Amino acid sequence: MLFLLFSLVLIGFIIFLTPAKYQLWLTLLTEIAIMLFSGMLAYRAYSAQETVKIFVSDFNGAEVYLVIDKISSFFIAVVNLIVFMGLIYSKGYLQPYQNKKSKTEFGLHHFSFILLHLSMLFVLTLREGVSFLIAWEVMSVATFFLVIFESEIQSTIKAGIQFIIQMHIAFVFIIVAFLIASITTGEPIGFESLENYFRTQPVFPLFLLFFAGFGIKAGFIPLHTWLPHAHPAAPSHISGIMSGVIIKMGIYGIVRVLTFIHTDLYSIGLFLLIISFISGILGVTLAIVQHDFKKLLAYHSIENIGIIGMGIGVGVIGLAIENPTLAVLGFAGGFLHILNHALFKSLLFFTAGNIYSQTHTRNIEKLGGLIKKMPTTAFFFLLGSVAISGLPPFNGFISEFLIYVGLFKELHTGDLSLSLVLLGGIVGLVLIGGLALYCFTKVFSIIFLGNPRSNKTEHAREVEGSMLFPKYIIGFFIVFIGVLPVFVLKPLAGVVSVFTPDVSALTDIAPSIQGISVSLGVFVLLIAALWFIRKLATKNKTIETGPTWGCAYTGAKPAVHQYTSTSYADYISNLAKYITGNRKHYKPIGKDELFPEPRTFETHTTDIFEDYMVTKPTGKLLQFLEKIAVFQTGNLQHYLLYAIVFMALILLLTISNLL
Amino acid sequence: MILNPLVIILVSLVFPGVIALTKARIAGRKGASVLQPFFDNIRLFRKGNVFSTTTSWIFQAAPVVYFSTVFMALLFIPLGKQPAIFSFEGDFVLFAYLLAFGKFMMIAAAMDTGSGFEGMGANREAFYSLLVEPAFFIVVASMALLTNHTSFYDLFNNLHIESQLSYLIAILSVYIFLWIAMVENSRLPVDDPKTHLELTMVHEVMVLDFSGFDLALIQLANGLKFAIYGSLIFNFVLPMQNYFAAQLVIFFVVEFIFAISVGALESFRARNKMAKNAQWIISLTALAILGFLSVLIITGKIILLN
Repeated sequence: MLFLLFSLVLIGFIIFLTPAKYQLWLTLLTEIAIMLFSGMLAYRAYSAQETVKIFVSDFNGAEVYLVIDKISSFFIAVVNLIVFMGLIYSKGYLQPYQNKKSKTEFGLHHFSFILLHLSMLFVLTLREGVSFLIAWEVMSVATFFLVIFESEIQSTIKAGIQFIIQMHIAFVFIIVAFLIASITTGEPIGFESLENYFRTQPVFPLFLLFFAGFGIKAGFIPLHTWLPHAHPAAPSHISGIMSGVIIKMGIYGIVRVLTFIHTDLYSIGLFLLIISFISGILGVTLAIVQHDFKKLLAYHSIENIGIIGMGIGVGVIGLAIENPTLAVLGFAGGFLHILNHALFKSLLFFTAGNIYSQTHTRNIEKLGGLIKKMPTTAFFFLLGSVAISGLPPFNGFISEFLIYVGLFKELHTGDLSLSLVLLGGIVGLVLIGGLALYCFTKVFSIIFLGNPRSNKTEHAREVEGSMLFPKYIIGFFIVFIGVLPVFVLKPLAGVVSVFTPDVSALTDIAPSIQGISVSLGVFVLLIAALWFIRKLATKNKTIETGPTWGCAYTGAKPAVHQYTSTSYADYISNLAKYITGNRKHYKPIGKDELFPEPRTFETHTTDIFEDYMVTKPTGKLLQFLEKIAVFQTGNLQHYLLYAIVFMALILLLTISNLL
Repeated sequence: MILNPLVIILVSLVFPGVIALTKARIAGRKGASVLQPFFDNIRLFRKGNVFSTTTSWIFQAAPVVYFSTVFMALLFIPLGKQPAIFSFEGDFVLFAYLLAFGKFMMIAAAMDTGSGFEGMGANREAFYSLLVEPAFFIVVASMALLTNHTSFYDLFNNLHIESQLSYLIAILSVYIFLWIAMVENSRLPVDDPKTHLELTMVHEVMVLDFSGFDLALIQLANGLKFAIYGSLIFNFVLPMQNYFAAQLVIFFVVEFIFAISVGALESFRARNKMAKNAQWIISLTALAILGFLSVLIITGKIILLN
């Protein structure tokens, strides 16, 4: 332990002292070392039957172990992959900042990066309470420093502070939950004390406390309000890591707590399913009305957390009614979606970073036609978009498919309420899928297709190799899992076996998985063959080009007379106006107005949860505090008077024996 | 097995022609031969292409992908006792999601032209398919609940074994599928393919800029889509008929009736107001939920007091 701390401090010093140019390589070396070591441990835990337990040191009177079971090893693999990709991507992304930022600022960034990675790994492996909480706190603080990299922008600082405040609210929930468990059972604080607590005490209240704490990190609606601010503010490689793995630490926390619960599972599963259903649908609805593409992606993280939560909720319900098929398929789908979301969301954030670095705007209404200038970026954005909409032949489909099959297969079991709950799950997944398709056709089309909507895209060109390299790797995984899902079944079976020993449902579904592989293989071949035939058929034909058919109207301006993001989102923002707070400002044309004067039209959308849970209460608080500020006059005499009044009060109270 | 796609493809080639002929006869015209749309496509295949300068490779790839998704969906359709080429637990999920992938590409292609009209059509397509999707899944869910199976083949072949009441469900499901087919193919009452105003179109306006080979692919795919929904409907009403020849005859009859009813519906019904479409499509989901509730009653999960 001491050795670790010592080497950490040493690396920190070295990073701060080296010039900004070489810091990245140093970080890379350290990261590779961390990855190899943790990966090795994770692999040992994955291949062994028992959980790996490594004694670290005595700490605060308790023995601290690194405990790596199959869940931890799964999360470690995801974390390592995404963090490493993010670091490679940052090489190109941070290039333009070389001249703007000092050596120390870069040092802070890189050191926080290493610290974040390490703390995540510790969060995933520590079971002892105090050390777990320290790792959790270090993780939040490191993220904070990474988010505020562009600290000269005021909104970035604001988002960072909002993040750190909400993380500490989450921290309070978690610490209180641990304390309650520890005090009631008389055991030292930590996950191990939960075993006894949940066996003897009412389960739901404490679970709710943990859920509030971990749920803020994960971003379940209505605990999500930090996400849409922190993600756009952070530099893109950090947004990718944040959405890909940091919010998954919240999911990890919930899952870890669930492993200790064996009673009252039905209500917990139902609760998880309902809140995930809400998160999924409202998350994507709010995403549709966004104009800032990174904010849009942030809302999509909420949606995907919803899908993950639905999988886990279904799994928990399966445990509760002792139905292994439902449990296994629910958990397997949920866990696979954790990996899948980490893959396509980091891919999308990295490509979003490409766009931002070339156009310096995050407003999609200013973009358009980028596919011609950044073809590779466009290709990967399309790949990510299709995958995140859950469409075959990509990985998002596989995880949703597992959940679907679980739901459909077990519709007939149990009583009426269970059937209705499962049908609700199916409808939820369908609606989320449809809305995601709506959203990603919008964002991909508006950014990359059609004509440029402003001159921001003029100087855009394809980014350098180091920013593209991670995308090839992530893209490979997306296609690989999508077409050959059979290879992820075995690792998934290992993870799920932590919850239920009978994982035969995953072998039962093997024919389906095989069917998917074969049919999607045929699908890909069919596309290739058809493309080839098309090439042949049109080879000797005349290919003409001309302007887009404007329906006989030739006066259209290409940049103006196109569909915009707002108009595309209009159906949904009207349908969900109570959630999106959609308002339109315009002066209607009067009856007698034969020659209308020029007019303006504005629309505004907000996030209703943020309004009522953050903006309005803090506004009220500020108003109140401002009233108190009458005492702060800036006049020295007044302050002396306060002191005298205070002392007189003390004197009076002492005399009358009230103190 | 291999016969399923062949007969469905055969039907798909004349399907648009039958609709057109029905409409012509009802309107008092003589009408073109049922093979006319097929000949049109052959001619299109021989023609060259015109591309807008605004478009990118998305525009050229979309028809290929769209046709492939519809063609793949076709391979998931069983016909009576003849299993589909691909049949496994949960195959209908892949079926629906493949079709959605095709839609994704077509929407992107329409947006690729940078035309306001095509954007409008694309937007509506995305919105309507989002609204209609739950109805399909709920109908399948009621069948899964009733039969305790989860693949197209098993669902249809076990539908009428347990109880005669399942015919009620079948009738309701056929009704819903008929309208789903109309929405998915953007026909009346959601969209009128023969309207002259681009502002009120959905599908037709999305393909404004396509020509030659690509347009032919899209039209073939549209015909296939109709034939696919027709064969799903056939599977619902299929009496337990073991003679292969009889099945085949019934199949053609059902598809024929389906095509004629589409033509008749289009002749006698006006298009919905655009703003009313959303409500109308959601009502299909409401109907599907009714179906699900009746299955709950049939399976004894809802116990009615006598």
